[in-house]
Amino acid sequence: MDKVNGNHEARIGFYVCHCGHNIAAMVDCTEVAKYVGQLPGVVLSRDYKYMCSDPGQELIQKDIKEFDLNRVVVASCSPLLHEHTFRSAVEAGGLNPFFFHMVNIREHVSWVHTNRDEATAKAKALARAAIRRVAHHRALDVKKVPIHPDVLVVGGGIAGIHAALTLAKAGKKVYLVEREPSIGGHMAKFDKTFPTLDCAACILTPKMSEVGAHENITLWSYSEVVKMDGYVGNYTVTVKRRPRYINEDLCTGCQECIANCVYREPKFPDDFNEGLGKRKPVYIPFPQATPQVVLIDPEVCLNFKRGVLTDKCKKTCVEACGEKKAIDFQQKEEFQEIKVGTIIVATGFQAFDVARMPQYGYGRYPNVYTALEVERLVNASGPTAGDVLLRDGRHPKSIGIIHCVGSRDKKTNRWCSRVCCMYSMKLAHLLKEHTEAEIYNFYIDIRAPGKGYEEFYDKLLEEGVHFIRGRVGEVTDWAFIPEEEGKLVIRVEDTLANVVRRIPVDMVVLSTGLEPQPDAQAVRRLFNMSCGSEGFFLERHPKLAPVNTFTDGIYLAGCCQSPKDIPDSVAQAGAAAAEAMVLIDKGHIEQEPNTAYVLDDCSGCKSCIPLCPYTAITFNEGTKKADINEALCKGCGTCVGSCPSGSIVQNLFEDEEVFSEIQGVLAND
Amino acid sequence: MKYSYFPGCSLKGTGRAYEESLLPVFQALGVELEELDDWNCCGATAYMAVDEVKACVMASRNLALAEKAGHQELLAPCSACYLVLNKTKHYLHESPAVEAVVQKALHQANLTYSGNTPVRHPLDVLINNVGIDAIKKRVTQPLKGLKVAPYYGCQIVRPYASFDDQYNPTTMDRLLEAIGCTIVTYPLKTRCCGGSLTGTLPEPGLLCAYVLLKEAIARGAEVVATVCPLCQFNLDCYRDKMVAKWGGETVPDPRKAGARIAVGPRLDIPVVFFTQLIGLAFGLTEKELGLQRGFTPLRRPAPAQPQTAAA
Amino acid sequence: MDLRRTIKYESDRVKGFGREVMSVPGCEQLENCIQCGTCSGLCPLSIYMDHTPRQVMELTRSDFKDEVLRSTTIWLCASCYACTVECPKQIRITDIMYELKQRAIHEGFYPKRFPIPVLAQEFYRMSHKRGRVTENFLATIMFLKTNLLAALGMWRLGLNLFARGRFPLKLEGIKRRDELVRMMAVVDKLSIDALQNSQQNGGNGGGHPGAH
Repeated sequence: MDKVNGNHEARIGFYVCHCGHNIAAMVDCTEVAKYVGQLPGVVLSRDYKYMCSDPGQELIQKDIKEFDLNRVVVASCSPLLHEHTFRSAVEAGGLNPFFFHMVNIREHVSWVHTNRDEATAKAKALARAAIRRVAHHRALDVKKVPIHPDVLVVGGGIAGIHAALTLAKAGKKVYLVEREPSIGGHMAKFDKTFPTLDCAACILTPKMSEVGAHENITLWSYSEVVKMDGYVGNYTVTVKRRPRYINEDLCTGCQECIANCVYREPKFPDDFNEGLGKRKPVYIPFPQATPQVVLIDPEVCLNFKRGVLTDKCKKTCVEACGEKKAIDFQQKEEFQEIKVGTIIVATGFQAFDVARMPQYGYGRYPNVYTALEVERLVNASGPTAGDVLLRDGRHPKSIGIIHCVGSRDKKTNRWCSRVCCMYSMKLAHLLKEHTEAEIYNFYIDIRAPGKGYEEFYDKLLEEGVHFIRGRVGEVTDWAFIPEEEGKLVIRVEDTLANVVRRIPVDMVVLSTGLEPQPDAQAVRRLFNMSCGSEGFFLERHPKLAPVNTFTDGIYLAGCCQSPKDIPDSVAQAGAAAAEAMVLIDKGHIEQEPNTAYVLDDCSGCKSCIPLCPYTAITFNEGTKKADINEALCKGCGTCVGSCPSGSIVQNLFEDEEVFSEIQGVLAND
Repeated sequence: MKYSYFPGCSLKGTGRAYEESLLPVFQALGVELEELDDWNCCGATAYMAVDEVKACVMASRNLALAEKAGHQELLAPCSACYLVLNKTKHYLHESPAVEAVVQKALHQANLTYSGNTPVRHPLDVLINNVGIDAIKKRVTQPLKGLKVAPYYGCQIVRPYASFDDQYNPTTMDRLLEAIGCTIVTYPLKTRCCGGSLTGTLPEPGLLCAYVLLKEAIARGAEVVATVCPLCQFNLDCYRDKMVAKWGGETVPDPRKAGARIAVGPRLDIPVVFFTQLIGLAFGLTEKELGLQRGFTPLRRPAPAQPQTAAA
Repeated sequence: MDLRRTIKYESDRVKGFGREVMSVPGCEQLENCIQCGTCSGLCPLSIYMDHTPRQVMELTRSDFKDEVLRSTTIWLCASCYACTVECPKQIRITDIMYELKQRAIHEGFYPKRFPIPVLAQEFYRMSHKRGRVTENFLATIMFLKTNLLAALGMWRLGLNLFARGRFPLKLEGIKRRDELVRMMAVVDKLSIDALQNSQQNGGNGGGHPGAH
């Protein structure tokens, strides 16, 4: 019998758990306990109904003391469930927790066998293997990785804003990085929010101001994360700050420069207004933009030619700025490096591109709009000051709102985008309020699951909006009867009234679905995350860990994880902030010590370095040997297997441990 | 360039003018067409309604004959033939069980099927193999400003949109523009003409065909160009019935805002095959192109002022 | 006032009918139908059908074989494929319609002298016999068999076609008709074999319908 680490005699305590009927129904536990009891090195061998219970754990602790055990093996369920439980029990009994080994005879034996004899034989073999292995276990210490207290929040939409504020109010220092010139995200574009019909800007802008003013938040707008290195608690992030050609600290947001620009009238399509309005080369995205700073678009500003500074313009803007001297045409893009311990990704969604569904006529017929365009049309600070004026100058007397554009469709996106039914109803209400038109909502199902949502649907029905259950196949402009001439015609089966209908409308609104951002793949690689098959960032567990990712220290919030409404985005943002605070407030994180380390006889061949999927191995120029960063190492074993001289060892999977286990399985006693 | 040519039953019958215009146009462009020896009926839509496996066998015989002929590609002008041959290829690829039956059956005729022969449509070949430039070069009498409504029908763009966009195909538009025509906006370019329903169930069938002509008139077209012999038949040969049912309808006059024109008298708008228009631009005679076979024959537009055919 | 009682019991279902139809390759997607109505909305003929395409899909899936095979829907389908390309679940609706047509013909579920199945069967016969169809002959036969009066009413059309050389007087045909006969015999035999095999195994008719 192998001696414990070659020194002392092994004194092993073995426990086999019945797990109620889960194991006992297929494995003869008493038999296994009896068998193991006579193996060399085993001091005591018990079977028990529920090892994970308090009495079960106390039994282990008592036995360790009473029988002077130096190793413990429990044969029960999956280590994923109770390895931690038993390690803690062993530790409480006075032994190093890594002197414990667990055998899975539930998922690996009982649940996959139908023959009791075979199952019991396998359980015995696995137990035997574990007994041989555990003798070789060394004492190991759980690694403690310190956590840097600062947090990076990527994305300044409602989720990012809420997460940043929550953390800032808890006293943490937050960097909020937002790609657009202002925070606010999609919510800033909405007119009113469902179901309360609160004005979106009215509820959002106070939070935006708070972000701008909070001493704990460093707001970097018009900026992007370009590089992320490090590991949980110790991330080094490089942020690219794009040039606005305005000194943020000096600009007061007076907007005199805009008023005095050489362009008398705004001329260029306005992104914030979904292309429906116009702006000048120097502009502020919207009146309540945070930071309240203008910016200059070098693609259209006369002082540039195709983005390159020529300095040929009169620069009336500089003149108007006067004493403040906030305009700086020499500004260059800047890179800032920051150190943070945790990161919250809240990069949001993109709306489905309706060009992918030409059958709805967007672009071909001027009076077909997307939902976001309509939000701007009805908004008092939109391009038409809230007057629903169509592209051809008319006011619509009839409007068709088409649900599920780019959702629930195998040809585009299979999922339901969750918010479109509600916002379609909201738009129906707003359009009715603004135009008194006949409004038709064409839907497949009405999804109104939230608080107050079904009641909102009731309200819409009371307002006389027509709800027709029938998915629209196409929008056309050919008239079958004179009443249809000059209008857009929607032909649909009214599945509930059981009749096919042709409905002529002046305006068509496409309720576009929510999709991952176009650069979701690039972003996920940047942050070492995964994406689901539909392209949204992948949560660690869909039910129990919706804001965690598979990378420790990186969290998700909002629509970048899946389509959701504002209340859920805010809730997730709060949850992500709390998860981040778990790490920050604890101050350190404990890591499984199944890391690899390099022995002295490393020849410096460097074969292992490019193989590590976690970039944990570097070449030490001083010692001319490979170095493994314990904190980055995840214990995958790739380097161990690849080392040509066998100079890398992995804790918990040392050669002797593994070989003795194999021998134990194959032995015949 | 050489292709195996599959006319299909229609091009030897009511759709004669399609073949009559297709062959000289392709010849003028230097494309050789060799009629598939002993080709059989593709089965069209009617056969499929009776027995699917046998329909595959019928169609596969042609595909196998094409492989044997060795010209690498098979040209099928008739929309139904084009669809059935392509559909059969897909079906054989997806269903090994059916392919096994087909191979066994073909063996009886000393034929095999390997699936290597693509089935092409004339529009596809003209745009992608011959090219617009070559066609432009061959034009001697451009159809200056003749207003054409390009009608593609359903079966060459659905369900397989292999050479053109499914919702807004433009291959024929581009071809006809290259020979001088003006294409009118025609939203019904892929809507069903009624197929064989015009003969079996006139009421729904004729309505489908009628709306196509009505919209062409409302858009100011002087001629409708088609690609399918059945579409051409449906639009061309039932005008008297359409006048009887819907002749009293009016549409807005595309040339004068506020005015309306009566549909009835305009229902004699000529309906031709696109190859006939191309042939005219190449300087071929009306007789050579079978233009007299249309119920409303199209006369070559006078060079100075474009005219539609006299009724 | 004419009152009609309409209720469907589980015994009205022909259990397994839906599954059989869905077993044709490409038709499995019918399982995922969410009854959105896109097909019926696009179908140019749906306004004439007693059941819209969407309803036929649901009736098929729910095994109401009688309703489905007696509907006018399957005959009015002109195979324009507008439904198939737009269906958000990519159900091959047109192919299902063909499948239902085949079953209806095979089981005789249509009124006598209904032109469409008569046309289909005459087409089948003529293409088998001669290898090609001559359209005008085919149409004439169909009219004679279904509606003599209408046939006579088509005299003007016939004359106009004849005057323009679009009414051939000779029947088309292929040279090697024996090939076709042999090829079809193979299919018949295989179908019968399959039928016999499945009967031996105790199943019910797995053979392909239309073993004429």
